[in-house]
Amino acid sequence: MEKRFGKEIYKSRYLYILLLPTVLFYVLFQYFPMYGVLLAFKEYHIREGILRSPWIGMNNFEELVKQSEFWRAFRNTIIISVGRIVLEFPAAIALALLINEVVRQKLKKFYQTVYTFPHFISWVIVSGIMFNFLSNDGVLNQIIAALGFGKQTFLTDPGLFRPIIFLSNIWKEIGWSAIIYLAAIAGINPELYEAARVDGAGRWQQLRAITWPSIRGTAAILLILAVGNAMNGGFDQIFNLYNPGVYATGDIIDTYVYRAAFSDGSSFGVTTAVGLFKAVLNFALLYGANYMVKKLGGEGLV
Amino acid sequence: METTIERKANTKPAPAALRRRKRSWADIAIHAVLILLTIGTLFPFYNVLIMSFSDSAAVSKQVVYLIPTTFKTTAYSYIFQEPRFLKAFLVTLFVTVVGTSVNLIVTLTGAYVLAKKGYPGRGIVMSGIIFTMFFNGGLIPFYLTMKNLHLINNLFVMVLPVAVNTFYLMICIAFFRTLPAGLEESAKIDGANDIQVFYKIALPVSKPMIATIALFYAVDRWNEWWYGVLFMTDVNLLPLQALLRELLTNYAQVLSGITTSVRFQDSGLYPEMLKMAVLVVSALPIVCLYPFMQRYFAKGVLIGSIKG
Repeated sequence: MEKRFGKEIYKSRYLYILLLPTVLFYVLFQYFPMYGVLLAFKEYHIREGILRSPWIGMNNFEELVKQSEFWRAFRNTIIISVGRIVLEFPAAIALALLINEVVRQKLKKFYQTVYTFPHFISWVIVSGIMFNFLSNDGVLNQIIAALGFGKQTFLTDPGLFRPIIFLSNIWKEIGWSAIIYLAAIAGINPELYEAARVDGAGRWQQLRAITWPSIRGTAAILLILAVGNAMNGGFDQIFNLYNPGVYATGDIIDTYVYRAAFSDGSSFGVTTAVGLFKAVLNFALLYGANYMVKKLGGEGLV
Repeated sequence: METTIERKANTKPAPAALRRRKRSWADIAIHAVLILLTIGTLFPFYNVLIMSFSDSAAVSKQVVYLIPTTFKTTAYSYIFQEPRFLKAFLVTLFVTVVGTSVNLIVTLTGAYVLAKKGYPGRGIVMSGIIFTMFFNGGLIPFYLTMKNLHLINNLFVMVLPVAVNTFYLMICIAFFRTLPAGLEESAKIDGANDIQVFYKIALPVSKPMIATIALFYAVDRWNEWWYGVLFMTDVNLLPLQALLRELLTNYAQVLSGITTSVRFQDSGLYPEMLKMAVLVVSALPIVCLYPFMQRYFAKGVLIGSIKG
């Protein structure tokens, strides 16, 4: 038995050579950092390194829950994530259904091309576009002024920050999110529609009886993934758009960790504890969402 | 009559075409919404473009936002003369070219092997990879790891830690699984080993998929800014997008750093124009690549979504 196993490995030796770089990548850059989460239970001393720094049990977590800034970031993360799911999820599905109603293929393709484009632009560039659009002398304020209203400080108003976050993410990602639904719709057998039409179903009825049921599974999987990401809140977008004026409504866990560790010089142990807290919660949410979808009769992810 | 012609012109009628009878109010409403969305998507880009081509007199009078009043290339000629922008551009070029090559080598070899079955260890590696999609060490442990690997202020920090994107890897695995087994068997009979089969047989027949993945990776590397912000304390090593970010959020400092001469004041530049011009230059390669990408990505996403 052992001999055969060795022979199998020898037979596949070239495969292992090909696989080696990939395995090395995951070990070095994914698994190696994972042992760093030990820091959450240690007091980090630069000279001692992670392994030799002293254990301090749950102290980092205790210190964390005392910080009001952490709780603010936690609350903001949840509110923003829930907002994203509630607003951006249906928007993508609605757009896919709208595009699907366009008959001419060339026009359909044109719309898709336009809406998908912003996805490939980085959040740095998008933030530049938004500063230009929303600044005090920006085009939006010019229009507002031309209509006879007072200028708005869009980017420093904490009350407007979340709506701007939701809207700009819809602007950037809706076309990309819609593609996956359009692909699912394209896979529907056209005979189903013909049969429905013969039975006298109108456009709306066809949408409800054929199109929607066939993309529901895709939507469920994407929903599970979105819930499993809820503690992330969209670092790239917020980091590039926020400023101290909107911390009250816009500071999320990831931006808080970055600031605490690299600008405010907070301890690496405490900030690692935040990271671990977040990762564990994400994991639990993923499984929770998966369980719920399965319970409701859908097909889960895992 | 018009609808009949339309129907004939479509080789593959969409489901909507089959149930279509005549133009209805619903059609008009749908198109109205889609056209409005098109304008909404494109207008901010247009706005940036005309800003970057304006001149300081026009910008200070705030008259350039809707209709271009001037066409000056002052901002662009300034960027291409300024050493700091050139450096950032070269850094980004390096990251894009070297990074994408590394991405393709590591991702394609890994995906090819993982698409196969029946050798010891595949299951362990596969679950190990999938686990990383849902759990990671977080920012601080990652930062310390890069420090231990001496990747701070090293251009390879924007190449090696991002050598594989697990989502793209899954797309490649799904694609390699669709290749007919007969191809490999006949090559093996001719005496080829797995490595030879990979680059002589599997790669040449996978060109469309490789093109898709290469474009995805190239866009990601071109857009790199975060590792620049996080790991580069030497300003000469900042990628273009990180420099743009600094210019947008902290432009006074950037300008004082780069403009020891009076050239900036003399050039008749307004900071907004400069920002917008850098922005246009940063986005330009994506705009140029986009038509080619567009052909592939819908398919790529579909494969990835089923298997990933």
